[in-house]
Amino acid sequence: MNKFIKFISRRSTWSIPYVIFLLLFVVLPLILIGVYAFMDYSGNFTVANFVKFIEQPEAIKTFVYSVAIAIITTFLCILLGYPAAYILSNKEFNRSKTMVLLFILPMWVNILIRTLATVSLFDITGIPLGEGALLFGLTYDFLPFMIYPIYNTMMKIDKNLIEAAQDLGANQLRVFLKVILPLSMPGVVSGIMMVFLPTISTFAISELLTMNDIRLFGSIIQENIMLSDTMNYGAALSLIMLIIIGITSFFSGDDEGEVSHGGII
Amino acid sequence: MNAKKILAKGYLWLLLAILYTPILIIAIFSFTETKVLGNWTGFSLKLYTNLFDGGMSNSLMSAIQNTIIIALVASSIATVLGSVAAIGIYNLKNRQRQAVNFLNNIPLINPDIITGISLFLLFVALGISQGYTTVILAHVTFCTPYVVLSVMPRLTGMNPNIYEAALDLGATPFQALRKVIIPEIKPGIISGFILSFTLSIDDFAVSLFTKGNIGLETLSTYIYSDARKGGLTPELRPLSTIIFVTVLVLLIIINRRQAKSREKLA
Repeated sequence: MNKFIKFISRRSTWSIPYVIFLLLFVVLPLILIGVYAFMDYSGNFTVANFVKFIEQPEAIKTFVYSVAIAIITTFLCILLGYPAAYILSNKEFNRSKTMVLLFILPMWVNILIRTLATVSLFDITGIPLGEGALLFGLTYDFLPFMIYPIYNTMMKIDKNLIEAAQDLGANQLRVFLKVILPLSMPGVVSGIMMVFLPTISTFAISELLTMNDIRLFGSIIQENIMLSDTMNYGAALSLIMLIIIGITSFFSGDDEGEVSHGGII
Repeated sequence: MNAKKILAKGYLWLLLAILYTPILIIAIFSFTETKVLGNWTGFSLKLYTNLFDGGMSNSLMSAIQNTIIIALVASSIATVLGSVAAIGIYNLKNRQRQAVNFLNNIPLINPDIITGISLFLLFVALGISQGYTTVILAHVTFCTPYVVLSVMPRLTGMNPNIYEAALDLGATPFQALRKVIIPEIKPGIISGFILSFTLSIDDFAVSLFTKGNIGLETLSTYIYSDARKGGLTPELRPLSTIIFVTVLVLLIIINRRQAKSREKLA
């Protein structure tokens, strides 16, 4: 009993329940995606699910299309978000925290409601739903997720470095190209993670923005996994997506998670 | 110089206008009774009163209730689990701490659909029938890492000598915890709870995959099936507006709290 009390009062022991929780609800479920992907309906080992994916031109086409849409959306978000983050973080243009808050606020509004709001905007203005609406809607939905991490990184740049560059005779363009741009890259990388990963896995948003006309990879996964006879095929498709996610996070470095989720404001 | 400033400010305002136009449309049309957006049928507060006197469909009412109950239960569990875990992780040796932090980051990086699907498969594999419990467990899974991340900076910013001093002065470890550590990390615990609560209310994909087919709907899954049927229940407009304003207020509170604690540290 005494030993037990000692064990409990050692505070490092307190991490054990959470570690068990993580293993059970995070690690094991991810492993299960892999297990189900290589299983047939009756539980035997098979690669048929992957063969099915490769043999179906429709599935491959949707996959490539979804990746393309995700890349374009991410690119549009950088194009629009980077200047915004630069202006927000620059004391010369903006000193107000409220302004920053206004840009982040949409992140906390239900994404379905925001998407439906965009749909109604298109309805009112008479713009037809389709590919253009999809790209606009996705960019609109995820832009705050690009601005926020870039802004955060820019705020952390040592202002002395900028002054030093100026003292040494660099003009504004050179200061930007040689100091601010390279130092803000970690923020851009986090932004890419926060935009690309949700975009590539989106399903509801694309269904709503195109009246179910354009189907992305996420929709196909969702339809298959929910039915018991195509569940294993759905798991195989999820595994393919998981691999893409793994590759993306690998290339963006392993400590980015902390940058992008370190705080709220 | 000035022209540049105007250009920069103008760009920000333009982006904000685009970001907020759809939300504003929803808010404006929450004050009229029309079924179709864009068709103004005169000012009315009927949709708002419907929300509170039960003048709307029962399914929407129960979806709202479910969302709130799930969010309260899940964020409470996540807050306790995450705070205890943060104290534990903080006291781990370097390498172990890195390993746990790595595990803690996985749910943060995973897109919702992967979290949802992987948990769906877990419940299928274990033969657990899906419903309230599974949704709550799933929400705890993606909320707890945020609690850990909110509490951890408070622990690292704390002076460890205070705890030792309390022990030297005769406090039991439990008393020292209650009187020293918990007051120090309380702001982190509260932020973690608020954050978990908003994340849980906001969630769509994870709930969709773990709610099973017993007819359990949260607000998000309700909106989804509603929108797929082609229309949007008019009451969702005042509801979205209320949620938007609530989130705005909550964010300002969190922002103030953090600004204050930063002042305190400085």
